[in-house]
Amino acid sequence: MDLARTEVAEAARGRRGSATRLWLMALPVAFFAVFFAYPVAAIVARGLQADGVWRFGRIGEVLGRSDIRHVLWFTTWQALASTALTLLIALPGAYVFARFDFRGKQVLRAVVTVPFVLPTVVVGTAFLALIGRGGLLDGLWGVRLDTTVWAILLAHVFFNYAVVVRTVGGLWSQLDPRQEEAARVLGASRFAAWRTVTLPALSPAVAAAALMVFLFTFTSFGVVQILGGPTFSTLEVEIYRQTSEIFDLATAAVLTIIQFVAVGAILAVHAGTVRRRETALRLVAPETTARRPRGAGQWALLTGVLASIAVLLVLPLGVLVQRSLDTPGGLGFGYYRALASDDDGIFLVAPIEAIGNSLEYALAATAIAVVIGGLAAAALTGRAGRLVRGFDALLMLPLGVSAVTVGFGFLIALDEPPLDLRSSWILVPLAQALVGVPFVVRTMLPVLRAVDGRLREAASVLGASPWRVWREVDLPMVRRALLIAAGFAFAVSLGEFGATVFIARPDNPTLPVAVARLLGRAGDLNYGQAMALSTILMMVCAVALLLLERMRTDRTGEF
Amino acid sequence: MDKRTTAAAVVALGLVTLSACGSSGSGDKAADSGTVTLVSHDSFAYSKSVLRAFEHESGYKVRILKDGDAGQAVNKAILTKDNPQGDVLFGVDNTLLSRALDNGLFQPYEPKDSDRIVQRYRVDEDKHRVTPIDSGDICVNYDKAYFAEHRLAPPTSFDDLVKPEYKNLLVTENASTSSPGLGFLLGTAAKYGDAGWQDYWKKLKANGVKVVDGWEQAYNDEFSGSAGGKKAKADRPLVVSYASSPPAEVIYADPKPKTAPTGVANGTCFRQVEYAGLLSNAKNTKGGKALLDFLISARFQEDMPLNMFVYPVREAAKVPEAFVKFGPQAEHPETLAPADIAKNRDQWVTSWTSLVLK
Repeated sequence: MDLARTEVAEAARGRRGSATRLWLMALPVAFFAVFFAYPVAAIVARGLQADGVWRFGRIGEVLGRSDIRHVLWFTTWQALASTALTLLIALPGAYVFARFDFRGKQVLRAVVTVPFVLPTVVVGTAFLALIGRGGLLDGLWGVRLDTTVWAILLAHVFFNYAVVVRTVGGLWSQLDPRQEEAARVLGASRFAAWRTVTLPALSPAVAAAALMVFLFTFTSFGVVQILGGPTFSTLEVEIYRQTSEIFDLATAAVLTIIQFVAVGAILAVHAGTVRRRETALRLVAPETTARRPRGAGQWALLTGVLASIAVLLVLPLGVLVQRSLDTPGGLGFGYYRALASDDDGIFLVAPIEAIGNSLEYALAATAIAVVIGGLAAAALTGRAGRLVRGFDALLMLPLGVSAVTVGFGFLIALDEPPLDLRSSWILVPLAQALVGVPFVVRTMLPVLRAVDGRLREAASVLGASPWRVWREVDLPMVRRALLIAAGFAFAVSLGEFGATVFIARPDNPTLPVAVARLLGRAGDLNYGQAMALSTILMMVCAVALLLLERMRTDRTGEF
Repeated sequence: MDKRTTAAAVVALGLVTLSACGSSGSGDKAADSGTVTLVSHDSFAYSKSVLRAFEHESGYKVRILKDGDAGQAVNKAILTKDNPQGDVLFGVDNTLLSRALDNGLFQPYEPKDSDRIVQRYRVDEDKHRVTPIDSGDICVNYDKAYFAEHRLAPPTSFDDLVKPEYKNLLVTENASTSSPGLGFLLGTAAKYGDAGWQDYWKKLKANGVKVVDGWEQAYNDEFSGSAGGKKAKADRPLVVSYASSPPAEVIYADPKPKTAPTGVANGTCFRQVEYAGLLSNAKNTKGGKALLDFLISARFQEDMPLNMFVYPVREAAKVPEAFVKFGPQAEHPETLAPADIAKNRDQWVTSWTSLVLK
């Protein structure tokens, strides 16, 4: 085979590669176009048009309002402060999870992830028990933080702790500690060794985690509403208020655009850090890097981290359980038993059936998210051009766009056959899948990229079709990652509230929707059942996450 | 060469579209005249037996779509006016009525028996675009145990709430996001007038009123008299809620107490009325009309209280004993005409926000 023919063959393979990639991208692109971009564009356009004429001047008008500028300012600084506080509290946790071996580590890693997938309606009430009146802080020092900005910041730590532990800790556990030791042998101080060896390797992961936390806190809704009280408003809360209560679609549209631009910028930076992180690092198996803590300092660190987890994460979750058992006749399962009774009014079905609904919806959402996210991750695996990288960021956008915008968008965009889905059950899993896809992509992508490209080339040189290459080379290596991705998408779908609440049908509410409805009525039994259902939701999420812990691969993705 | 990749993609796309089409098929059932669709808010509730009886007698199958809170349901109905999600909308209250009417949401229909509706609830009588269905009072609730323990008489009027003995006791909701919060603001505006309500709120603020975002937080987390509040060791014995909250505390308790743990300050009430109407572009107008007739039939009116915790508007409709005993309707509630609310609402809420929240 002479040189020219080899080049031709390679060029052909390259073309074939990009053709394959385009085919793989087709379905995810179609999915996002129809179920995300189109509805959101429709509702924004509705707000910016008056009598068929575009009114872009409104953007300036809205930006000129001092109350809106105040919201923008508050949104940004509370997100910055929340991110800083989360890093401060969670980075020691990431270190402890990465480097120390201790009993119950797997369980604890699942537990700290539970808040991340729980809906804020559930947690807001419990979190008040920590920082509200009669809460732990109140009991110890008479400190009450409800309706202060501290409540918002601490709750953001609670929700996003897992993001830092999983993203940073995941990488940290695979960095070879001997490199740092070598630097110390060569005379570097402990700090200098850490600064010159570990920090540079770790910083892209820290940056990625910080950006994700910033994204989640920048678009915070429930936490700000429930814990912050009415004086604090983020962009997301304001979009909800303008759309849902005041019905000023023009202002809502402008705010949506602002949030869109901001989130787009965050994601663009994030995509950059992800790329840097995936540059070759010498990674080792996590089992080899963790050991029992040694010396007083390490034990103190471990104790401190465990204590902060106990107070900030476990205690609020424990309050839910305690309240669900705290019946008028003493501790008992009365509220759980009541869940099985059909009270004929509020739900038309026994509240316990919400569990079945939630599981069905979450399974459907997981199936969709795995198909769409899996195809997208496969398309993104190869050497990425600019277009493909843009696509990567695009898939994350639903995490940063307000649920009320998507919900109202569905309503006016998906109202004609063949897409009259407004009253169809599929709308709930579709909306949940929008949130699940980014997690699938982020979990699958690093694993897929870690597959040695030469294996694929060898297989195709030997005559295997791309499908066969994928089945024989990629699939065996990503099967576990696929399961983890599915599990995470499942847990996220279970807890999804924002989008679901706008579209869930009355006869089959999901768990979070049922909890919200129960909390919306007076009476002991309603409150108790809400707590019992919340506890069940928490348990289901915890079990799902615990199963994931058992399946962790050597090189897991970001979550 | 890429056939299999393509095939996989096509199969996956097919699955999504298939399931989509399959279910849009079920959505289309609303179009055939055998089904009538009621759009409402999340609080809509009824006894299955009562609805089944209607379905049996009328031959229609009723589909119910709960579409968020009251504000959302109305806003969504306005957005989808040309191609509505259902035939009848129930749950437009007097604070939102003008928004609905001004946007041409409803078409005229005067239901059978509409002459049996108590006169004071009727509106729009020349056009009959909406029919009143239920009423409820937004009132300050108090924690009986707190006031007994402190040997203090519970407040009975708006004026009482600004007195020093009730300092730091009241929690209310954000008027711009919560309907009881808005109702309470409108009650003070009705009582003290456009000129006086701001002064009243300045005094209320000076007297330590606490504002939280929604009813759930105010009632379950801050109010010491509710089931949730007791568990949360809440410390506000006064809360803006509904006149029907005390009976709910009895009915949803096990074992049921002999008397309600909470009471209502009778002079602090604002009356809310909820209306239903036939949507302008309803696909099943005949079924929609039958459904409206049903909503003010004695059977539905008497079924409502224990399901939605509201009062019937039909003359002589029976009210459950617990309601009469623990949560009677206010004798002289504050009221405002929907047109007045529409005219002033935004401006009042804006001034209230800068006065109370800033």
